[in-house]
Amino acid sequence: MTKTSTHLLDTKILGQAVAASFQKLDPRVQLRNPVMFAVYLGSILTTILWVQSLGEAAGTTGESSGFVLGIAAWLWFTVLFANFAEAIAEGHGKAQAASLKSSRMTVAAQRLSNLKGRVTEEVPATDLKLGDLVLVKAGETIPADGEVIEGVASVDESAITGESAPVVRESGGDRSSVTGGTRVISDWLIVEVKTLPGQSFLDRMIAMVEGAKRQKTPNEIALAILLAALTLIFLLVVATLLPYSVFSVQVSGQGRPISLTVLVALFVCLAPTTIGALLSAIGIAGMNRLSRANVLAMSGRAVEAAGDVDVLLLDKTGTITLGNRQATRFIPTAGIEERALAEAAHLASLADETAEGRSIAVLAKKQFGLRGRDLEQDQPTFVPFSARTRMSGVTIDGRAIRKGAAEAVETHVRTLGGFLPEDVRTAVQQIARGGGTPLVVSEDAKVLGVIELKDIVKGGIKERFAELRQMGIKTVMITGDNPLTAAAIAAEAGVDDFLAEATPEAKLMLIRDYQKGGRLVAMTGDGTNDAPALAQADVAVAMNSGTQAAKEAGNMVDLDSNPTKLIEIVNIGKQLLMTRGSLTTFSIANDVAKYFAILPAAFAATYPALKALDLMHLSSPASAILSAVIFNALIIIALVPLALKGVSYRPVGAAQLLRNNLLIYGLGGLVVPFVGIKVIDMLLAAVNLA
Amino acid sequence: MLHQLRAATVMFAALTVLTGVVYPLFISVVAQVAFPRQANGSLIQVDQRTVGSELIGQSFTKPEYFWGRLSATGPVPYNAAASGGSNFGPLHPDLKQAAETRIAALQTGGLRTKGIPVDLVTASGSGLDPHISPAAAEAQVARVVAARRMSEDTVRKLVRDHTEGRQLGILGEPRVNVLRLNLALDQHSRQ
Amino acid sequence: MTTNAVLQLSLALGLLLACVKPLGWHMAQVYSGQAPFFERFFGPFERWLYRAAGLGKCLEMSWRQYAFAVISLSLLSFVAVYALQRVQGWLPLNPAGLPAVSPDSSFNTAVSFTTNTNWQGYGGEATMSDLTQMLALTVQNFVSAAAGMAVLVALIRGFTRSTTNTIGNFWVDVVRGTLYILLPLSTVLAVALVSQGVVQSFSAPHQVTLLEPAVGVDGNLENTQSIAVGPVASQVAIKQLGTNGGGYFNANSAHPLENPTPLSNLLQLLAILLIPAALCHTFGEMVGDRRQGWALLAAMSVVFVPLLVLVVVAEQQGNPVLQNLGVGLAASDVQSGGNMEGKETRFGIVNSSLWAVATTAASNGSVNSMHDSYTPLGGLVPMWLMQLGEVIFGGVGSGLYGLLIFAIVTVFLSGLMVGRTPEYLGKKIGAFEMKMAALAILAPCAMVLLGAAIAVVSPAGTASIFNPGPHGFSEVLYAFSSASNNNGSAFAGLGANTPFYNGMLALTMLVGRFWVMLPVLAIAGSLAAKKTVPAGAGTLPTHTPLFVGLLVAVVVVVGALSFLPALALGPIVEHLSLPKSS
Repeated sequence: MTKTSTHLLDTKILGQAVAASFQKLDPRVQLRNPVMFAVYLGSILTTILWVQSLGEAAGTTGESSGFVLGIAAWLWFTVLFANFAEAIAEGHGKAQAASLKSSRMTVAAQRLSNLKGRVTEEVPATDLKLGDLVLVKAGETIPADGEVIEGVASVDESAITGESAPVVRESGGDRSSVTGGTRVISDWLIVEVKTLPGQSFLDRMIAMVEGAKRQKTPNEIALAILLAALTLIFLLVVATLLPYSVFSVQVSGQGRPISLTVLVALFVCLAPTTIGALLSAIGIAGMNRLSRANVLAMSGRAVEAAGDVDVLLLDKTGTITLGNRQATRFIPTAGIEERALAEAAHLASLADETAEGRSIAVLAKKQFGLRGRDLEQDQPTFVPFSARTRMSGVTIDGRAIRKGAAEAVETHVRTLGGFLPEDVRTAVQQIARGGGTPLVVSEDAKVLGVIELKDIVKGGIKERFAELRQMGIKTVMITGDNPLTAAAIAAEAGVDDFLAEATPEAKLMLIRDYQKGGRLVAMTGDGTNDAPALAQADVAVAMNSGTQAAKEAGNMVDLDSNPTKLIEIVNIGKQLLMTRGSLTTFSIANDVAKYFAILPAAFAATYPALKALDLMHLSSPASAILSAVIFNALIIIALVPLALKGVSYRPVGAAQLLRNNLLIYGLGGLVVPFVGIKVIDMLLAAVNLA
Repeated sequence: MLHQLRAATVMFAALTVLTGVVYPLFISVVAQVAFPRQANGSLIQVDQRTVGSELIGQSFTKPEYFWGRLSATGPVPYNAAASGGSNFGPLHPDLKQAAETRIAALQTGGLRTKGIPVDLVTASGSGLDPHISPAAAEAQVARVVAARRMSEDTVRKLVRDHTEGRQLGILGEPRVNVLRLNLALDQHSRQ
Repeated sequence: MTTNAVLQLSLALGLLLACVKPLGWHMAQVYSGQAPFFERFFGPFERWLYRAAGLGKCLEMSWRQYAFAVISLSLLSFVAVYALQRVQGWLPLNPAGLPAVSPDSSFNTAVSFTTNTNWQGYGGEATMSDLTQMLALTVQNFVSAAAGMAVLVALIRGFTRSTTNTIGNFWVDVVRGTLYILLPLSTVLAVALVSQGVVQSFSAPHQVTLLEPAVGVDGNLENTQSIAVGPVASQVAIKQLGTNGGGYFNANSAHPLENPTPLSNLLQLLAILLIPAALCHTFGEMVGDRRQGWALLAAMSVVFVPLLVLVVVAEQQGNPVLQNLGVGLAASDVQSGGNMEGKETRFGIVNSSLWAVATTAASNGSVNSMHDSYTPLGGLVPMWLMQLGEVIFGGVGSGLYGLLIFAIVTVFLSGLMVGRTPEYLGKKIGAFEMKMAALAILAPCAMVLLGAAIAVVSPAGTASIFNPGPHGFSEVLYAFSSASNNNGSAFAGLGANTPFYNGMLALTMLVGRFWVMLPVLAIAGSLAAKKTVPAGAGTLPTHTPLFVGLLVAVVVVVGALSFLPALALGPIVEHLSLPKSS
């Protein structure tokens, strides 16, 4: 997937959204949103009233048919604007889904009839069944999600992750999962089909992004209830206003009972249409923001839960520290030059392709300018690491150089008549206490010194954890290290807590413990052994590079396989809730001004004294009501960008956040409509519309 | 279900006896023993005759008596068997009319037209208000003096004697007990 | 306002505040099963009662059982109060020989007293025998109050308990509330009131020869005055403490034998607000964080005080109609001035206004002045305080559980605004709580609006209206606001003792009581079943001025948005139509 940079106002999406706004006028669609359905009914009612008013002399109802038409038209606009907001959010979602999908067009698959024979038949990918084996060669597209059974190949996953560097996929282990739609670049793979094309994990997620199967989240339901209750209250307020006004006309002996048109206008203005119109757009936009961050969520519920997370479980390796330990220091024993130690270590690591091994070579090069010699002539014999000796090394020019854990090397030199010097023993202990890993280097029976390997904490991670702490989220580092090492790294990275010597069971227990205490837990994982913990966690982000089991257990997949993404996900979740809350507040606060516009206008004839409530000094009763209705419609459009972008979130304490948002959306919601209605009224008066 | 209903019945019966019989009877015994006068209506006896309660106002219209608040009780004013106010809203025409009638009556006895004490032209909430404000008493002194041919000082002194300040120096409003004042006037006239 | 006005108001509120902590603490003890001092006297009786009622050992109820118990007690109460009124003519303790009360009035009164509304469609001294007043009305004053407090305590247990089905035992809560809170307080207050002149006697009305015959409207002369008395003090004490408000006499606490002196007035006023205010502290004690209780009390006060000042100022301003007749309205040392129509001289403007605000803030409904005769703004405030849902102090128990419902909505809204699923006192607020909260807020609102709408367009409804113009509309609106929110006070010009109003208002009171109580119990049950979430840095604290401010805003905005149009056609337009004083 090329990072979808769909602009908020992409013309194509805009055009489609406009068309969709009209398609959504279908009552079955409208019925899904009770607030807007009420407006919809109001639009129909006022349209009927307008048709009726055409046949009547202007005097009978006291209002011109032009006025009724104006109200009716703007109510329709209100409905259309709400449709538009939803449509444009869906449009963005669809655009993203489309770009995902383009990578997943039907391809031909080479199905293997059995593993031994290598006889293939070409079938359309759509005909594949679960458990089928397919052969994918260099240059071909992997037809479906599956597990590598045999072979090693580099695979271009840029269609999914946007990452151009190819990744290695091989049978067994954590790199065995392949995704349909990705391309094999070199070598070949035999893949067992794990999901049917079109129903694969990603397909399901894409469907989610498209909004086809979007379910309401718990908070959204609760908010919908609140909005429905408010709508009901205002419906009652408006409906009872008719008898009240009939009575008022009786006792005051002047004026006319309030007209149906004005009642409908008042109702639409009071009902929480702003948030009602934008509610589903906000939800869809939240999902979109997530997929823009290259994260696919199984459900909106998970996104919402992300905003609530109390505890983040983070794997040490790759998340908090750079992928692997690195050599940082050479400590020679007494009587040995540091350079000699470095040289020996360098030699011993030449054939060591592990990251640690490479880092030793890099350090040697950096500190002493040592380069890889052409060793062929020296006929070196490399001793690979074995679980039995727990050492690796090289024998060259008759020198047997070994490096390994202190105990292993000590045993090794003792058998040759050597010993472990005290200063080396001390250095080993110090390094271990400081969270590092000591590697002792020996040449024949003599110990040369120690290499210090350390975890390198990622730059800026401490600040991110501090941010999380401000948001009220506790970070817990998960590591297989011993408690001593773990504590040292935890302190350096600034996490709140750590779980050392973590086993999958210990991880699961930890999550359960936190949950029992009423906390919501988020974690990332990629391995199959993470699956139980991922399934248990409230927000579980699986790495796309991880195994199928891990992805199935989680409720989100990070296509970039970047564990720090969790922090971004939390932000997006919070933003989603905040946008809903802020716009609800704004919507309700707006009602105050609308009352002051409409009430005096509606009773201008019955109770002229109520003119005192017309704080805005609007030009006429008709224009006052029309202005309020127009404002109510336009504010929806005006807030669409905010709904799509989400209100900005800064990691500050809850109280500070509330104060800020109240100021902006509460106070703003009170003031803005006074200004807006007045301006619209002035414009209407200027063009003599009302 | 039956179990619950049994509980409800027993509880209701017990609470009824406790709060509807034991409690009021206990209070009555204590009241009658400790505060017999108050508990029975703070009645005023003159010559072994009950002439009223010091807490319940009476209707006065004769010029020689101080007049109390207007009373909206029916069928007669100050009907202590059916208390109540006028319930006139501020714009009710009858409110204005009642005030005008009262003002006219007060003016016959001689009264300046500005600053008539408001309590004299308005009805009390109970219709049984035994008090008027000191200002309202002062406004009537001239009429009573004229009607009774008593010295102004004597009348003023009687008014002063029957003026209560704020309770504990702070609570409520200063007030004059109209019935007690009129009884004192009558007694003074008889002497 | 005069210095004395400020002093009197401060004194009353200061005394109230001083009582909050000790009484709140005591009530928390009582409902937590500890009240050693009183248990020494009543413990054996209490235990005997539980045995007699067959409560057995298991004293815990689910919210449904609790609700069933509430309803069953209310139903029994209703039947008893209705029956007693209908047969009082044949029963003893009827010195005035009053006949049976009419069916519709009996129905209305039975509903009214069992729902803690104590709306009085009847005039007490001319309708109810001493026996009915004691056995039916006084009993309900205790029972309906104790039931309201019990439901509150059940809700509090919903907050404090974790992953359980039960929320306490209704009967235990009612009995302990009655024995250890309401009865001791009432006894002390009743005796204090008698000392001030409140009557407590079973004698027939005293016949008094008038100094000057009273002239009737038809010109008849009346030589005697019949002074009605009765067991008043015992009933008045609990009518105030239990936020019942149903007076012994028609004029309620304006009647000199029900409220004879400024001191008795102060005591009764304190009694009105005492338990609702102290329950805030009880709440804080029981949830283990006193600041939560103080925050709610602060929210109540923030609404209460400005409205109080508004009423005092409006009433002191007086009626320009009278001013234009040359009547002096300025306060001085020799008269209170202001709008004295419907007010008693001994209470003046300050104590009348304070009472009007207190009795409608708390869902008490007793009056010491006639609200119908208030200035438009002075009358608007009491009406609006009821329309807010009786949550500013409110009824005993019901006020606080009503405010807690608003707090739940506030928490929900603010939770969304800080990007976190809302939680209150460690309980996550979900769709079910919102549904129930919406129901509890919606029901009273709807009944006010619909009731008034039906009344003003039906001939039976408009026939009872007494005042002309928009004030007549206010009368109807006030009646339904009062009934729906279980207050009981009235713009008493409205002739409400008709089959139409007796029926409509009774229905309104039922909905207003139970359609709030049942959702509250449902919330209690649902909260009790939830886990308690520990507070973290991301949790919005609910004891801060910020939260208090937001809670107040939610209460006020919901109240304003729901009722502004109606109020505009009543008191607001009336205020704008007052003549200019010349």
